[in-house]
Amino acid sequence: MLDLSVSLAPGLRCKNPILTASGTFGYGLEFAPYGELVNLGGMVVKGLSLKPRKGNPTPRIVECACGMLNAVGLQNDGVEAFLKHKLPQLPWRETAVIANLYATAPEEFAVLADILSAEEGVAALEVNISCPNVREGGILFGQDPVMAAKVTQAVKQAARNTPVIVKLSPNVTDIAAVAKSVEAAGADALTCINTLSGMAVDIVTRRPLLANVLGGLSGPAVKPVALRCVWEVCRAVDIPVIGVGGIASVEDVLEFILIGACAVQAGTMNFSRPDFAFRLVEELPSACKRLGIDDLAAFRASLQLEVTS
Amino acid sequence: MLPSQFAELTVLDLVPFGRESTLRTFALRLSPPPWKRYTPGQFVMLRPAGWGLELPWARPFSISRAGEHDLVCFIQVIGRGTERLLGLRAGDAVRVWGPLGNGFAVEADSLTLLLAGGIGIAPFLGYAQNHPKPWNLSMLFGHRAPLDCYPVDSMNERIEVEPICENGPEDLEHFIAVMQARMEEHAVKNGLALACGPLPFLRTVQRLAAKTGLRTQLSLEARMACGVGACLGCVVTTTSEWPVSDAKNWPVQACSQGPVFWAGHVVLD
Ligand SMILES: Cc1cc2nc3c(=O)[nH]c(=O)nc-3n(C[C@H](O)[C@H](O)[C@H](O)COP(=O)(O)OP(=O)(O)OC[C@H]3O[C@@H](n4cnc5c(N)ncnc54)[C@H](O)[C@@H]3O)c2cc1C
Ligand SMILES: Cc1cc2nc3c(=O)[nH]c(=O)nc-3n(C[C@H](O)[C@H](O)[C@H](O)COP(=O)(O)O)c2cc1C
Ligand code: FES
Repeated sequence: MLDLSVSLAPGLRCKNPILTASGTFGYGLEFAPYGELVNLGGMVVKGLSLKPRKGNPTPRIVECACGMLNAVGLQNDGVEAFLKHKLPQLPWRETAVIANLYATAPEEFAVLADILSAEEGVAALEVNISCPNVREGGILFGQDPVMAAKVTQAVKQAARNTPVIVKLSPNVTDIAAVAKSVEAAGADALTCINTLSGMAVDIVTRRPLLANVLGGLSGPAVKPVALRCVWEVCRAVDIPVIGVGGIASVEDVLEFILIGACAVQAGTMNFSRPDFAFRLVEELPSACKRLGIDDLAAFRASLQLEVTS
Repeated sequence: MLPSQFAELTVLDLVPFGRESTLRTFALRLSPPPWKRYTPGQFVMLRPAGWGLELPWARPFSISRAGEHDLVCFIQVIGRGTERLLGLRAGDAVRVWGPLGNGFAVEADSLTLLLAGGIGIAPFLGYAQNHPKPWNLSMLFGHRAPLDCYPVDSMNERIEVEPICENGPEDLEHFIAVMQARMEEHAVKNGLALACGPLPFLRTVQRLAAKTGLRTQLSLEARMACGVGACLGCVVTTTSEWPVSDAKNWPVQACSQGPVFWAGHVVLD
């Protein structure tokens, strides 16, 4: 049988390369009626902050051609509530539960990392330095290689043995530079990409469609950008890269792996049907078979660049 | 609450309502869902299998009927998605997940006033059908388009429906006055009011509920992407009366904590 398992960091082995993206899969429990959570390669839960956050005013989401904009603004009940009420309900012994962290300063990131890495049920930390929907921190860290490195280092030092994944923003001129800087600061793996800054307006009411005016674009519309970012980052670093952005089919999963991603995350398309991620897992073996892929590791990063006539 | 399920159903038929109206409404009848029970006020997310990536979201609709024979939704054409739903044909596949959300309170012995604005009548079809003592129900129905755009006839069979056409500012004043009078009558008898309709209508009901002291539930419409509580797009802010201590004055999901809320529990802005 085809071995689908992937190693994303020392101590972080996933049974398959299909994870779910932060903010698009709640705390996982919301999707339990629609599939077996334990079959997923892993789950990245909704962004957590030290203190509860209310997030942005509504409307916070809007559908657009082949995607959506969101300006949720990292609403969450805070890390303590997650550890107390959600984590114990998740099948973390059977599948990787990855915590997504948000903070406004490196020191605060470190405190969060310290709290979360003390938990047996947290398989890894995914550091969000790329949220376009919050005023402080977020993308400001992700756009500056020096700040990105500072945050990475702070988290890494506080994270004990828990692997640290850093999630990068596409809203930069040189994503490879940020990736290298974060790698040098000790990141175990990278996730690319978070949402792209975007906007939608209503010509009848002459108002923006999001209360926050700007939001983050996600969904199939961003896939080509995500592929480009993953490609550039894979060429720049030696650590594993998790590809995310616009995945709508198992073929899309393979596209990310072909250009070098070790694993992927399913995001916005979880909203088009709640069994979306579970189906990707189910369909992957037969898609590989159909394409003659008998070793996923060998298929990874096998993109042929020479033009053959 | 029964767990929600995902299913691929097929269109049995689609019946347009209203002959000479610019408002387009229709009944969409789908093959029976795998779940047979639901609480009226609960909803489903619908997304035809034929939709491509251009419309990534499903759309939320109240359950008007669900059981052994079919699943029925009453739908008004609003924009891109509902326009395309109108084009469905018998045999087309539709992905459906539900029943979702909480549904309206059922108090068999309380005099219950149903307040419907326009297509907000949809959940009340099932409510009237399933109520153990329908003689305790009455409905006030505010509408703009001709009555034949709405499934009023099937309601009339079971409960008393008072339709009020709102075409101008005077009509609206009249509608609000009647609503207030009915709510006062129900308040005196410790009755219950349930409302579903557009936001301005719900705001009026909320104001009248505070004024008359009538116990009132509101079914909210919010933009929804997931319908299961995951995206946090559909949130509504609670008041200090919200029963969960650490979620008072806090945004909660209209899809999973609602869509039905007690009028005093939420801020409608
Ligand atoms: C719990 C619930 C139950 C509902 N029940 C019914 C029903 O029984 N019958 C019915 O006709 N309609 C109902 N609606 C409203 C219906 O979902 C919207 O009219 C529909 O989604 C509009 O989609 P569209 O693509 O045509 O409009 P567009 O304007 O193109 O929609 C773009 C996006 O905005 C959202 N949106 C637009 N208008 C509304 C609105 N008024 N309320 C919520 N979201 C909106 C849509 O869901 C869509 O995702 C219900 C809404 C909710 C939340
Ligand atoms: C509603 C919504 C909420 C999100 N919340 C978070 C979050 O809390 N933390 C984070 O790192 N990314 C968040 N994201 C970004 C996604 O994890 C993902 O990077 C992005 O949506 C691109 O993938 P997709 O096109 O498959 O959705 C969110 C995305 C959406 C649509
Ligand atoms: S629609 Fe996604 S949380 Fe309610």
